[in-house]
Amino acid sequence: MLKLSRYVLYDILRNKIVIAYTLFLFLVSFSMFRMEENGSKALLSLLNIVLIVLPLVSLVFTTIHYYNSYEFIELMLSQPLSRTRIILSEYGAVCVSLLTAFWLGVGVPVLLFAPDATGFALLFTGSSLTVVFTSIAFLAAVRSKDKARGIGLALLLWFYFALIYDGLVLMILFAFSDYPMEKFTLLLSALNPIDLGRIFIMLKMDISALMGYTGALYKDFFGSGTGVAFTSGIMLLWAAVPLWLSVRSFRRKDM
Amino acid sequence: MIRIEQVYKRFRKLQVLNNISARFDEGQVVALIGPNGSGKTTLIKSILGMVRPDKGTIHVHNQPVNGDPAYRQFIGYMPQIGRYPDNMRVGELFEMIKKIRHQEQTDEDLLRQFDLPSVYQKPMRTLSGGTRQKVSAALAFLFNPPVLILDEPTAGLDPLSTEILKEKIITEKKKNKLILITSHVLSDLEEITTHILYLQEGNMQFFKDLASLQEETGEIRLSKAIARVMRGQETNNQWIDRLFALETKNESPR
Repeated sequence: MLKLSRYVLYDILRNKIVIAYTLFLFLVSFSMFRMEENGSKALLSLLNIVLIVLPLVSLVFTTIHYYNSYEFIELMLSQPLSRTRIILSEYGAVCVSLLTAFWLGVGVPVLLFAPDATGFALLFTGSSLTVVFTSIAFLAAVRSKDKARGIGLALLLWFYFALIYDGLVLMILFAFSDYPMEKFTLLLSALNPIDLGRIFIMLKMDISALMGYTGALYKDFFGSGTGVAFTSGIMLLWAAVPLWLSVRSFRRKDM
Repeated sequence: MIRIEQVYKRFRKLQVLNNISARFDEGQVVALIGPNGSGKTTLIKSILGMVRPDKGTIHVHNQPVNGDPAYRQFIGYMPQIGRYPDNMRVGELFEMIKKIRHQEQTDEDLLRQFDLPSVYQKPMRTLSGGTRQKVSAALAFLFNPPVLILDEPTAGLDPLSTEILKEKIITEKKKNKLILITSHVLSDLEEITTHILYLQEGNMQFFKDLASLQEETGEIRLSKAIARVMRGQETNNQWIDRLFALETKNESPR
């Protein structure tokens, strides 16, 4: 399996988009830390960029890469390799290259300027989001034969997770504001990896004190070992389930 | 060698393969011909396991196509469109495929004749369409497989390279291999094929050897014989009716 993914990885690491993405992340992180005197303020600004840009780039790059590799995947299918192996090799290569870009672009500055708990939480969230959205993008790409539709679907998913979902949550909270919603919002956060990541990092920061009773409850939960396990577990599910579904549908697919 | 039994495939409303049964053996060069969209590529992809038939079975070397992918080590495939990862170097591609197949003995004749080692350091995206086609051809022949499947092999190749490829096919044919080939350039097929399989709208119109086709149409040249089949729907149908009558009389050629 490593044979195939290694060569695909070499290919992607030389891709101009991936190089540009790495440089962009590096410049943004570096300038954030340089401009802000306060490390945690810089992390907060960086957080917002990570939460918006990372899922978008992971989704769009992965789908485009899949469609561009279509003929190559066909050629691999004519070799004595199983379908599961081919799709997992492709997935592994895309994941590792995007993670490399993230670690070089954001990881290095964070380790240089803010190597504390919040910094590590940011790196953890960023890595998880990359893996999760690569999985989701694979599912979108494998399921739709048409390139335009696949990329459209990926963008739609990004809109949903990054923008629409928050609106929906606010609407629900507003409508049911008479009821105790703390536990329920905890559940809602698990339904969106971006939200989960945001809460996970915010609660590592001092600003969580501003969030009142809910913030205290959250801090109690996410600050503890259970919280870390909960976040990791949910992220893992978000990565594994779409990946499993895409492997299953790739195995049955007509090329 | 390859056994296709009552294969059906439908893509939504379109019946792409309609009850195809055939048997291809060693030493045959089978030309798959038919108009665009007649199901040639789908048939090839079914043999390679890329398309799953709705009904029917395909065996290669007595191994069912839908099980273990190991049977594909017997096949060398040259696709219609060769696209490779943009930044992968030509040399890396060959290195990778060799590692995947982990087979010691390779046949690098085409590699040398197409002068590919001189572009080993170039990334795939810089290659012209014709050079990529050469890469695909060299890959198909690299492992000396007993079955070769070539989908439009000469499309995009210059005349000199076409000639090199044709000669290579003839050499392999003499080694008693099975070669499946699709092409619209009938003059290219003329010197190499032994059998013709004619597909139209997913139906197998006929499958017979070159000699009997020439005899029945009264045309020596393959292109003329096929043109007779393809020309005008009505005459075509009559011709096929007569052909089927002949076929049932002489017992099935399969």
